[in-house]
Amino acid sequence: MPADPSAELDLDAARAAVAGAGSLDELDGVRRALTGKSSAAARVKQSIKELPADQKPIVGKAVSEFTAAVAEAIDARRGELAPAGSDEPPLDLTLGGHGRARGHLHLVTQCQRELEDVFVSLGYKVEEGPEVEDDWHNFQALNFPPGHPARAMQDTIYVNLGEPEQVLLRTHTSPVQIRVMETQKPPIYSVMPGRTYRNETLDARHSPVFHQIEGLAVDRGITFGDLAGTLEAFTSAYFGKKLKSRLIPSYFPFTEPSAEFAITCVFCDGAGCRVCSKTGWIELGGCGMVDPNVFEAVGIDPEEFTGFAFGFGLERMPMLRYGVEPIKTFFDNDIRFLTRY
Amino acid sequence: MRAPLSWIRELTPVEADPLAIAEALDRLGLEVEELDAPGREINGVKAAKALDVRKHPDADKLQLVDVDFGSGTTTVVCGAPNVVTGMVMPYAPSGATLPGGFTLERRKIRGVVSDGMLCSPKELGLGDDHSGILGLDPDTELGTDIRDILGLNDVVFDLAITPNRPDAMSIVGVARDLAAHFGLPLNVPEPVVHESGAPTASDITVVVDDGERCPRFTARRVAVTMGDSPAWMVRRLTLAGMRPISNVVDVTNYVLLERGQPLHAFDLDRLPGRGIVVRLAEAGEKMTTLDGVERTLTAEDLLVCGADRRPQAIAGIMGGAEAEVHDGTKEILLEAAYFQPMGISRSSKRLGLRSESSARFERGVDPNGVLAGSARAAELLQQVASGRVAPDPIDQYPVPVVPARISVRTARVEAVLGLELGAARVKDALRPLAIGIEGDAEDFVAIAPTFRPDLSREIDIVEEVARRVGLNEIPRTLPHTTGAGGGGLTVRQRERRLIADVLVGAGAAEALTVPLIAPADLERFGLPLDATVEVTNALRAEEPLLRPAILPGLLKAAGFNAGQALVDLTLFELGHVFAAPPKRQLLPDERDHLALLLTGTVLRSPIEPDRPVDVYDAVDVLEALAEALELVDLRLVAGPAPGFDAARAAVITVDGTAIGHVGALAPSVPDAFGVPAGAVAFELDIDGLLHGKRRDRTFHSLSRFPASNIDLAFVLEDTVPAADVEQTLRTTLGDVLEAVRAFDEFRSDSLGARRRSLAIALRLRAADHTLTDVEIGELRQSAIDAVTRAHRAELRG
Repeated sequence: MPADPSAELDLDAARAAVAGAGSLDELDGVRRALTGKSSAAARVKQSIKELPADQKPIVGKAVSEFTAAVAEAIDARRGELAPAGSDEPPLDLTLGGHGRARGHLHLVTQCQRELEDVFVSLGYKVEEGPEVEDDWHNFQALNFPPGHPARAMQDTIYVNLGEPEQVLLRTHTSPVQIRVMETQKPPIYSVMPGRTYRNETLDARHSPVFHQIEGLAVDRGITFGDLAGTLEAFTSAYFGKKLKSRLIPSYFPFTEPSAEFAITCVFCDGAGCRVCSKTGWIELGGCGMVDPNVFEAVGIDPEEFTGFAFGFGLERMPMLRYGVEPIKTFFDNDIRFLTRY
Repeated sequence: MRAPLSWIRELTPVEADPLAIAEALDRLGLEVEELDAPGREINGVKAAKALDVRKHPDADKLQLVDVDFGSGTTTVVCGAPNVVTGMVMPYAPSGATLPGGFTLERRKIRGVVSDGMLCSPKELGLGDDHSGILGLDPDTELGTDIRDILGLNDVVFDLAITPNRPDAMSIVGVARDLAAHFGLPLNVPEPVVHESGAPTASDITVVVDDGERCPRFTARRVAVTMGDSPAWMVRRLTLAGMRPISNVVDVTNYVLLERGQPLHAFDLDRLPGRGIVVRLAEAGEKMTTLDGVERTLTAEDLLVCGADRRPQAIAGIMGGAEAEVHDGTKEILLEAAYFQPMGISRSSKRLGLRSESSARFERGVDPNGVLAGSARAAELLQQVASGRVAPDPIDQYPVPVVPARISVRTARVEAVLGLELGAARVKDALRPLAIGIEGDAEDFVAIAPTFRPDLSREIDIVEEVARRVGLNEIPRTLPHTTGAGGGGLTVRQRERRLIADVLVGAGAAEALTVPLIAPADLERFGLPLDATVEVTNALRAEEPLLRPAILPGLLKAAGFNAGQALVDLTLFELGHVFAAPPKRQLLPDERDHLALLLTGTVLRSPIEPDRPVDVYDAVDVLEALAEALELVDLRLVAGPAPGFDAARAAVITVDGTAIGHVGALAPSVPDAFGVPAGAVAFELDIDGLLHGKRRDRTFHSLSRFPASNIDLAFVLEDTVPAADVEQTLRTTLGDVLEAVRAFDEFRSDSLGARRRSLAIALRLRAADHTLTDVEIGELRQSAIDAVTRAHRAELRG
């Protein structure tokens, strides 16, 4: 059995040689002497192929350990020599980059996407419709006949087209429900986000423009219990924790039974605080079972199908979650707000 | 609707504490907006008697009053004119607190120490009357807490009543729901009226011209003695939010609140012809209402007139001054009617005139409760205005309203709610709401009382059952949404998100501007007004247009930021724009647009120099969009671009169709919006992008053969776009041209006016072999030939 050729690799001597290098140039000479083509290490490596099979891995490992240790020592020594020896001043990486900043989606868009994604995961599609609507889709088909008192609750902006008050800026996203049911057959599971309008001046508490998201389910056997369960599922998904939700009877022409839904106050977990007026509850929106008159308006048989619908303001969600106020903040487009989220 | 608890308790013996009652009201859908305890802040105020009243030694308008407050006597200084010896009054000693949290202290008034004060109604939070001290019943035990005397320890539920529940706009209606909820009886006593004298009809006539708009009209003659209402009535009206006026008017308001039946009292001596005609107004007819406003009427407004057919009231909405009751009124004609709700609603809305009365009529009062309301008023007039009630009220009610009969299937109730109840529980839920039940089977008939006009269909009954069971008692489930084929976004929706993400990646912040805009803003931007869409009733009258483009609104947002000293902006918005409807369509041409606006400086220092924004910042984003959407053919071509600087802007085309503009804004525009000069922007039609032809995604293996880079420089007319030269090169060289890029541009005198040199780098690589020098030479020559021929270019030596 031949002698172990790696025995001639003296790591201590190598380290001493590295430590003795006084400049980067000298260090490069040492590096070549220790690991270059005519170095002892190279020779040993060259000899491996002539060794018996059982020796090969042992010697190979010894060589690679030696060269790695030398490289490490050289790197360390280079670090010691570099500052003094280099002409380049150190770079201050904390100056920041070229300034190519990433932009921002508006907080309302972020919220809209989150909610869309929650509902998509629950099996819903996303539907849209025009912002300028006719009386049929915004009111009549939704069971607001002309002169209906509930119309007065929606400060409508009318558009100077068609007959007087025939064309308007949609006061809610509910007309999209009608458009969906006019063009699709059940089963329907859809959410409908979008801009809506009311005749109010932009000030701290009011905005002529805001966003809503509407939900609609039409299928055989849909129950009020399905509505309540769906609302609970999505509020928990959006707010990221198990929230209690409660329904209190209300009135909307296009649903019956109708309700307003509220969730446990996200600020005080229902203990009662300023945000929830000490009630422990925060009202989010309205909901109910699709009124049979609405089904008849769109040609769906209310005996065969039932459905539920719900809707709420999109701005309200980030207002609750992050404390954004007043609502005007969303539409001033102050760059400090836009780039905050 | 403000409902005092004491009033509710008069009708049903509800003992629960106010918070539990509030909770019950919420659950019933009579939402409690506020739980008000008006006497909460009053503390220590007691009944005291004036023992002696004498002049203040140093002040003409002040008096000194010695009072006995039960457990002692003291002296207070008082400025009210109505205090006389023997009067019993509210006395607030030092240490007592009044509404507003105000605590009294002993203090000197013009040199005399006043030990507290005597209180006016206003000082106790009882309305606006500050003309004198509130007089109490002389028999009141001295020292009694004023809250007990005046019922100020009452609680008031401020309720938000939904438009479908006119019955709940009355104390009786609220009490009925509560009685049902707590399983208690509801006791609404029959009014006791002692009629005397000649029958009403003996000298009164009532003619109803329009029986459709006025299905029922009753009139009752009552002789009265005008005066103030007793304290208990004043207190209730005040708690319910109404101002006391006179005993007769207060009675009509009291019955309106208690029963939900609006009433009107005419001074009979001032009612021309001692008769009533109910008729539609003439178009253009005028009448002055009680609030002193002259109203111009239409043929759809219903009037209550005197026998001479001159208007005395806009039916159900507001009376006029002529026959109004006044201090000297001796005899009244008490109107109680049922007006068709829709008619009242329309008139009220058109006139912009709403009253407690119209709010009830437009939702629908009980046509069969009209006479009972009138009787209740007669009973109260007997008590508080020495009323002498004439027998036999006139009752014009030719077609009585009959209760709705509604077929109800228990199975349907259960199916809608998702709750098994059984017929017995369904019926038991309905009975306490005064809903009649006919039939013992699962399917039965529900008979809706006429005070519930909202109940006419089976689903209405389902809702009543739901309210009674409690919405939160219904087990929560999730529907099986799989039948609809699963959720998801459409390709278009995903790509719109992608577009927004590209803008975000390019450093832009998304804005949401209000889509209503002023004509002046469009003019400042240089957009025509002719195809715009106008709203008819914008609250900000100066902003009546629906935006035809996003950029003017974005510029306004940038101007707002500039006002906050924030001038370096990259804003984008994705939203709808509006143009006049296409032929034969009602709705506007509504499209999705995308706009980008850059203002101020691109901050790169200290790594690179700062520089003003330039058009290529906007072009970069367009190219990123084309890349993200894998568009085959997005180009910038010369053409008109309103709002932009013609020399530094281009039309954006996709597959040859114009979809928008990009470039530097016209020099006047940024300044007009208060934005720094040099702003650049683009605006385009989203569908124009999305409908563009996309790159073929089929994979072609990547050549491993060497590439050859050649650079060519051409001298060209200024009007030849670099993109066209590149296109020529692509067409000419085909697949062997792997990449092409213009890398230098310059102009000089030696090149000549309106000419420039354009240097272009080509990377050539064959798929299947190494290009030979000969091949490269041929390719180079064909490239030169093609460009010089197609673009009248010269190769620069």
